[in-house]
Amino acid sequence: MGPMSDRPIKVLIAKPGLDGHDRGAKVLARGLRDEGFEVVYTGLRQTPDMIVTAALQEDVDTVGLSILSGAHMTLLPRICELLRERGLGDVLVTAGGIIPDEDVPRLRDAGVAAVFGPGTTIGEVAAFLRENVRPRDAA
Amino acid sequence: MTTAAAPDGHARGAALAEAALAGDRRALARLLTAVESRTPTAESAIRILHPRAGGAHVIGITGAPGSGKSTLVNALLRELRARGRSVAVIAVDPSSPITGGAILGDRVRMQEHATDDGVFIRSMAARGHAGGLAATTDAAVAVLDAAGFDVVIVETVGTGQSEVEVVATTDTTVVLEAPGMGDEIQAIKAGIMEVADLFVINKADRDGADQVERELEGMKSLAMARDWDPPVLRTVAQQGAGVAELLAQVREHGHWLRGHGGLARKARERARLRFESLLAEASVRRAKALAGPARLEAALQGIADRTLDPYTAVDEILSQA
Repeated sequence: MGPMSDRPIKVLIAKPGLDGHDRGAKVLARGLRDEGFEVVYTGLRQTPDMIVTAALQEDVDTVGLSILSGAHMTLLPRICELLRERGLGDVLVTAGGIIPDEDVPRLRDAGVAAVFGPGTTIGEVAAFLRENVRPRDAA
Repeated sequence: MTTAAAPDGHARGAALAEAALAGDRRALARLLTAVESRTPTAESAIRILHPRAGGAHVIGITGAPGSGKSTLVNALLRELRARGRSVAVIAVDPSSPITGGAILGDRVRMQEHATDDGVFIRSMAARGHAGGLAATTDAAVAVLDAAGFDVVIVETVGTGQSEVEVVATTDTTVVLEAPGMGDEIQAIKAGIMEVADLFVINKADRDGADQVERELEGMKSLAMARDWDPPVLRTVAQQGAGVAELLAQVREHGHWLRGHGGLARKARERARLRFESLLAEASVRRAKALAGPARLEAALQGIADRTLDPYTAVDEILSQA
């Protein structure tokens, strides 16, 4: 059994855009920590470039984007596109916050694997990440 | 599992090492993950990278929680970048002993450098390792050093007592204090006086900075005399005040190390710690493999039942090995 099999899943929790509320993101960060994840948190008002660079340097398995500003239809596809451009197409992207149902199909097409609405529990998020993070090179 | 059983990992390690040396940041990041997870990939990469390291000035930043370590690192990044120096940062945070999870939040204060190509920031969870660093931090430093960064900064967990290991891992150890943190200084073990290369009183615009300085100077006068007299500096990292002076003193300490054989001494101490811990791990692994699970289990049960004493058990395992 290699040590890699026990490696905690590393997740970046990021807040793109201009809204100034990160209580939800912090609750999620703590919750995922308690679920055994290694959680990188980068703070408020992150540009797509900042988020993608952090994902690259930290070599995270997954990025969780919390967005309340309403700018999700521009910011989230841009982040997915940048991830692919920088060779991070295997990083699982999820989103949460205030995102209308009718926007979800287009976000999924853009590369967002799941959109978690208000009321999603930490346990549900953790289970989704565990099931869907792509297994990394085991050596 | 023996490393020979994973040739793919070795090939991947060599490829990642070459790519990281060529400036590929994604390869560098993936290599650091392998180093943290102690995989065969990391081993073969370090075989290539070890001879290439040694050029960076490695600075350790340690101090109690709330003393402003991340903010000071951010201010140092600003000063170093203004001078055209490339900088890698390793920021270590504690892992939960219960779940193994961790919140790695030091980047928050460094995000103004997030998209600067001359800066590479990596968070590390301590993963159960005591002493303010992760068990693999020194290997991660070697990788970043070999990758060509002029300066590598290591920010420890805020335990306030992580001095010994950070000293072995870095060239220049900066110990951070801040006013208004209670009886912090009295609580610090005398050991810190022997190991700090620089003392910094951060948040020096607050009441109590004079008292912190008096206490530090008082403790210094009681400490063993050293060839290098660690200066006591003041910063307000939030505003960048005093940071240029701090950097000048870090450089001064680097010159001093070079002039007094200190770098060679540090390199040797680092080599010793590294070598002995790897030797210990490999020896245990080999002895266990040679003894086999049945003998190990019999020895364990014998000690538990008190039909066998632990020293004899170890002697028997080693003589069979």
